[in-house]
Amino acid sequence: MSTAVNQAMVEKYKGNFLKEVTENVEEGNWVKMCMQCGVCSGSCPLGPHWDHPPQEIFMMIRANKREEVLSSTSMWMCTSCYNCIARCPRGLPITHIMHGLAHYSKRIGLKPKNQPTEKFGQMFWDNLTKKGRVNELKLGLGLYFKDGFAEGVKVAMSKQKLGMNMMKAKRMSPMEMLGGHGVSDLAGFHAMLKKAEELEAARVGENTDKK
Amino acid sequence: MTAVVATNQTIIVVGGGISGMTAALEAAETGKQVILLEKRPYLGGRVTQLYKYFPKMCHPTCGQEINQRRIKMNKNLTVITQAEVSNISGGKGDYTVSVTLTPRYVNSNCTACGDCAKAATTEFDDEFNYNLGKRKGVYLPNAMAFPQQYVIDARLIGTPEADAAKAACKYGAIDLDEKEETIELKAGAVVFATGWKPYDANKIQPYGYDRFANVINNVEFERLMDPHGPTGGKLLRPSDGKEAKNIAFIQCAGSRDRNYLKHCSRFCCMASLKQTQYVTEKYGTDGKSTIYYIDIRSIDRFEDFYRNVQADPSVSFIKSKVAKVEQDKDGNPVLHGVNTEGYHRYANTHDLVVLATGMEPSVDFKGLPIKIAVNEEGFIEHDEANGGIFAAGVAADAMDVNRAVQHATAAALRAVQVVNQVAGA
Ligand code: SF4
Ligand code: SF4
Repeated sequence: MSTAVNQAMVEKYKGNFLKEVTENVEEGNWVKMCMQCGVCSGSCPLGPHWDHPPQEIFMMIRANKREEVLSSTSMWMCTSCYNCIARCPRGLPITHIMHGLAHYSKRIGLKPKNQPTEKFGQMFWDNLTKKGRVNELKLGLGLYFKDGFAEGVKVAMSKQKLGMNMMKAKRMSPMEMLGGHGVSDLAGFHAMLKKAEELEAARVGENTDKK
Repeated sequence: MTAVVATNQTIIVVGGGISGMTAALEAAETGKQVILLEKRPYLGGRVTQLYKYFPKMCHPTCGQEINQRRIKMNKNLTVITQAEVSNISGGKGDYTVSVTLTPRYVNSNCTACGDCAKAATTEFDDEFNYNLGKRKGVYLPNAMAFPQQYVIDARLIGTPEADAAKAACKYGAIDLDEKEETIELKAGAVVFATGWKPYDANKIQPYGYDRFANVINNVEFERLMDPHGPTGGKLLRPSDGKEAKNIAFIQCAGSRDRNYLKHCSRFCCMASLKQTQYVTEKYGTDGKSTIYYIDIRSIDRFEDFYRNVQADPSVSFIKSKVAKVEQDKDGNPVLHGVNTEGYHRYANTHDLVVLATGMEPSVDFKGLPIKIAVNEEGFIEHDEANGGIFAAGVAADAMDVNRAVQHATAAALRAVQVVNQVAGA
């Protein structure tokens, strides 16, 4: 399905990637406000590890480098420290745009393969939506075992102390293994999520509607 | 002093910097009665604190001298220094302006011989040098001060030092009994030429102006070049008095930024370009200037100046808004950021950093006792509803000397029209 949406977007925006971002990416309408001063890139604590720091991403969007932007690992590197937002002279919500771009690239199927942040994000979402509350125990274990069983045991052993401390501080309970806590109106919660998904799909459908 | 005649055909100009002097002179030279009020003990404002003007790179003494001569020759113009407006009421063609006069303790008998200052010893921060140096409590504010009259700091009054200064004066020019007073003046039109102040760089947290001695601002840098300045005209950096040869200029320090001043201050690009030429003047190719910028705004005919600076091998340009300044163990500032031409990350060490701080109005016009239109940036808007109140120069917007003078001439013309109406001409 992702590739179909991707194809539809390519056809709809015909080489106007800025417009595509403006209309589809969360806070994407801000991208055109960037004046390329570079202070966000210089202020990002993870900056040295990105392929393309924010201000370069914004330039690439304007330069129509669609595939390069959407398949890049860059926006997945954002840790939401908000340094860039605090300093941007133009008030761009850079952090949110980064997450918006990441989400969009995932939705249309261009996200990079084996990106740990993306994997964790999905795991977190699945965990959360099941009961309406995060099950720390399952999430933690899932995270440990994301790279296979042997690797998981190794990580779990090394993090033993952290887990024990979380239990002591009542941040995590071993009982969570047996189902775990949740919201009281689980059916209502799921209905709400379903509605949100429908709305989102309708919005994407609108944008990819060729008629 | 108090015998100042003013009617509702008088024009009052508030502020005796380059804009105020120009507005006052232009109006007075058309035959109108003008009173020029200045808060400091001398005329000329911030321009007198510059080493050189752009683009012609002449010393401010030159333009000032001409204006001082025009003032001396004009019988229609009354200059009152150490005068601050404390109230203003009325309307177009009929204003009453209350002015508070603080004493100088030295009258016009003063020949500026300086004997009084020789008798004084206590030192105070020197405002003329942005507190980078000290001056005595009996002083001439600057070498070309107009009027050329010494001043006695009010903090000295009642001390034996003040008495010694009085005794030293051969011309009977010192009167220690002068008192503060408030006078009321009538006016048909009022021109605000109150100028600007540099944006407070302490607020730009990542640049460390508040923490690092070797991060200074652009107006302070001007004082370092002045042979009468705190370093005798040498580019000595504050932390250790070492000669600064490798100097960084950070543009838009506080301007064009939602966190600080939203507007472009319009003069600071040219000011930094000019200041790189100070470095070259001092050291030739041994000096090194680096300008960190978003884009260089050398508006209209100043483009030539920019090109000439670009051709100077001692000057380089890095297209980047600096993200932060740190300091190494020797007190050298280290600049961090990303060069947006090629996206290269840098950590560059310099001897001294000059922040190209922007302009903000020196007066809070919203707090005036009379209501006038003030824009988001705090400058006076041109508005019919302002009646007979006009702005000249930087009271109206951020601009350089050249534009301020043009703007002041226009303001003078507007004020003249108002008093003409009053006269029924
Ligand atoms: S800080 Fe803001 S204006 Fe500057 S490059 Fe980043 S997004 Fe653009
Ligand atoms: S004149 Fe230059 S340094 Fe000053 S605010 Fe404008 S762009 Fe920035």
